[in-house]
Amino acid sequence: MSTVKLTVNGRAVSVDVEDRTLLVHLLRDHLNLTGTHVGCDTSQCGACVVHMDGRAVKSCTMLAGQADGANVTTIEGIAKGDELHPMQAAFRDNHGLQCGYCTPGMIMSAIDIVQRHGGELDESTVRQELEGNICRCTGYHNIVKAVLDAAGRMKVSQAAE
Amino acid sequence: MYQTTYHRASSVDEAASLFGKSSEAKFLAGGQTLLPVMKQRLAGPSDVIDVAKIKELIGVEASGDTLTIKAATPHYDVATSDAAKKAIPALAYLASQIGDPAVRYRGTIGGSIANNDPAADYPAALLALGATVKTNKRSIAAEDFFKGLFTTALEDGEIITAVSFPVPTKAGYAKMRHPASRFALTAVFVAQTKAGEIRVAATGASQSGVMRVGAIESALKANWSPSAIDSVSIPASGLLADIHGTAEYRANLVKVMAQRAVTAAG
Repeated sequence: MSTVKLTVNGRAVSVDVEDRTLLVHLLRDHLNLTGTHVGCDTSQCGACVVHMDGRAVKSCTMLAGQADGANVTTIEGIAKGDELHPMQAAFRDNHGLQCGYCTPGMIMSAIDIVQRHGGELDESTVRQELEGNICRCTGYHNIVKAVLDAAGRMKVSQAAE
Repeated sequence: MYQTTYHRASSVDEAASLFGKSSEAKFLAGGQTLLPVMKQRLAGPSDVIDVAKIKELIGVEASGDTLTIKAATPHYDVATSDAAKKAIPALAYLASQIGDPAVRYRGTIGGSIANNDPAADYPAALLALGATVKTNKRSIAAEDFFKGLFTTALEDGEIITAVSFPVPTKAGYAKMRHPASRFALTAVFVAQTKAGEIRVAATGASQSGVMRVGAIESALKANWSPSAIDSVSIPASGLLADIHGTAEYRANLVKVMAQRAVTAAG
């Protein structure tokens, strides 16, 4: 057992876990943050994507210990109170989800994509960069629409700040 | 996953010493291969020694005719490094084609070459560019480093610290990506060194892992152009065959990827 100390959604936490615990299980089973999903558990589907120190990573392919000292943001940490994050709002407005299983990972990856490209995104880039996130319902069309929509909204909200 | 003990090393010396004190340790860098393998219980190291946060192992530096990538530098950082893009753009491009964005944030060059997956990207670049692998004990030429499927010249407990690439006159990389795993179904790296040598390496093709492709090197030496490869014949014997592609298919891919790589190199 080890004590892992990290910041999750702005809150400092200290959790005693077995060394073999994956980050996703620390989040889900120890902190009850069940918005982060386990889909394939083989690093392919992206349902488990969270941000660690500002980078979108697959939390099923990290030991909790590797996140010791890190700043982690999960899907639960991106809205401002009742106000959805622009990416969440764009997914809702564009019908970017059906069953919703892949959605938390999609949204965390999509925010990372917009941040990396500074809002200068086109459809082909979004499709390429979402390759680590698998959706079995939507056919991706509305997800791509949502990401492009949110890229515009995030640019506007950044400019307003 | 079997029980294991996690250690985070803060220096190469500490990592080596932790390894020496463990019964069956593994070094952990990005963990994008080791952790999935441990999850499947195909590996059960008593200890994992995390080297990913060791400062002396992170960074990309260009100096004269050499580009040095330190071992724990993630693929994303190589793909976006100004030094790498300027010195060897084909290498930065190669890094941008590994896995998916989340994998590229975590996976490292040291981890990739230490694992020596027969379909990994970096080994092709090391072999084609004539790179040198630096460890905490010695320097190893790429030719001597890759020893076949998942096998390298590394000794027990030896830690890769960096890879030095001589800057070529020109280089190109082309890859047929497996659509799910994004590993190379077959990929080829071509390079013209400053000494005038033509070097071509293919990954994802041979049953023995990354390989030089002498026939294509000779063709390109006579005439550096994609069409020079048209008449080259690549034997299918010894090439990988699986549900994704036969050996004959991969033999053809070696040619086609080499042609695309030459086009990319210009």
